Amino acid sequence: MSLKSKAAIIGIGELKPSKEPGESTALELMAAASAQAIADAGLEKADIDGFLVGMPFNDPGILYPSAAAEALGLRPRMLNQVDIGGASGAGMVWRAAAAIDGSMCRAVLCVTADLNRLGDQRPPMISTAREFEWPYGNIGANCGYAMIAQRHMYEYGTRPEQMAKVAVDQRKSALKNPLATFNDKPLTIDEVLSSRMIVDPLHLYEIVSPVCGGAAVVVVGPELARRSPHPAVWLLGAGESCGHASITYAPSLTESAVKQSAATAFAMAGLGPRDMSLVCPYDCYTITVLVTLEDAGFCKKGHGGPFVMEHDLSYAGDLPCNTHGGQLSFGQPGLAGGMSHVTEAARQLMGRAGERQVRDARLAFVNGNGGIMSEQTSLILERRA
Amino acid sequence: MNAYLKPVPTPSKISAPFWAAARRHKLVLQRCERCRAFIYYPRPRCPECLDDRLTWEEATGRGTVYSFTVVRRAASRAFSDAPYILAIVELEEGPHITTNILAAPEAVRIGMKVTAYFDDVTPECTLVKFKPADA
Ligand SMILES: [Zn+2]
Repeated sequence: MSLKSKAAIIGIGELKPSKEPGESTALELMAAASAQAIADAGLEKADIDGFLVGMPFNDPGILYPSAAAEALGLRPRMLNQVDIGGASGAGMVWRAAAAIDGSMCRAVLCVTADLNRLGDQRPPMISTAREFEWPYGNIGANCGYAMIAQRHMYEYGTRPEQMAKVAVDQRKSALKNPLATFNDKPLTIDEVLSSRMIVDPLHLYEIVSPVCGGAAVVVVGPELARRSPHPAVWLLGAGESCGHASITYAPSLTESAVKQSAATAFAMAGLGPRDMSLVCPYDCYTITVLVTLEDAGFCKKGHGGPFVMEHDLSYAGDLPCNTHGGQLSFGQPGLAGGMSHVTEAARQLMGRAGERQVRDARLAFVNGNGGIMSEQTSLILERRA
Repeated sequence: MNAYLKPVPTPSKISAPFWAAARRHKLVLQRCERCRAFIYYPRPRCPECLDDRLTWEEATGRGTVYSFTVVRRAASRAFSDAPYILAIVELEEGPHITTNILAAPEAVRIGMKVTAYFDDVTPECTLVKFKPADA
């Protein structure tokens, strides 16, 4: 069995992120992104019969999907929470396709939203992290990615300016994205490298900025896809893999589970990296993009640094990468940061990316990444002529 | 003396022998009787073969720095004494361990030899940290 061409994205909803939540609640942002996506798909709320949701860190709780569905007035025939961190958005897309292909539902709303601060209830963390990581100061994601970058530099000679180039090229595209948080001025490699060192070797401008926001897509089967008001964006391939939770216990710091997830997705699609018109790899940090492009097969292992120097990653370049600016320039609205790679790929393939439209965009590689290179979900998306 | 404000481990039934040994300045690891794998962190079963016949063995305390970072701005206020060196040390027995290196940041290198150092952070808790082997 394969999910190739079994379902398509036909609607997108995405809010402009804000640095301050103001009066907003995570649920309010979720409702706004959902309403946008459903309207964009040319559907009514009553058409939505599948619901995949990410739990906001600001407002955590068990049995979250039914609570959110009730608040949105949905009566889904399939519902679940997808809890694979930054891979949740991409993970929702293939789960929606599988449910549709299994005739469990016809139109799935996939939604994520969050505020950039924790609410009264702190989300529970796994006890092993509290016991064996936190006492040593391994708290949050910065440290793990810094140790990945250090090891990558040690094994392959990767250089700081090579990592910085990712943020610089993505900023070029962000300047053409009205929704991006950082879209007012270009960025140079020198500016990245002279920004404050936070965790060696990662500088401030190589680290995502948490913002408030929300994003949603509507996934449907062939029958509804034919009635789509936009070119339908078909799922051609999907793969998922997870090797660890804490990076300390990963089989390798520099070779990630993207190797399996991307290989599975490309094999299902019957395509390879060279066929892609654009890529949307998760970019919580600059190093994440290098490791992802290597493990997905866009370049040889360890050559991510020279590879990004040789290619123009902007929307006008030879390898358009995260043309919304990536999360580095767009901002990271919780799990909606991961969804932003899906929405941007869909927007480009629909031909709706405005000034940053990639010419003849037909195929996109999307990668979601959770935790510290832990959960990986790869998607191949296609616009049919 | 100032109170210790950083997070301290709460030992579980499974991990209690590890922390009790650290208190006595010993580094111990679980070992699987079936597949002979050394295991860190302590688990209910062997993560290689899921066997439950695990015993505790004393480790040499020697290892090498697999990777590290100098945390200059910590994600938690408890670590406002940053910078500190967070590291993954590869133990001689094989497993990787999250830890701190007690050394000047510029002196730490990937691949450098380190030995266990037992830091009695509170009267009840000892953390397993490392220092350069030649220090
Ligand atoms: Zn075993």
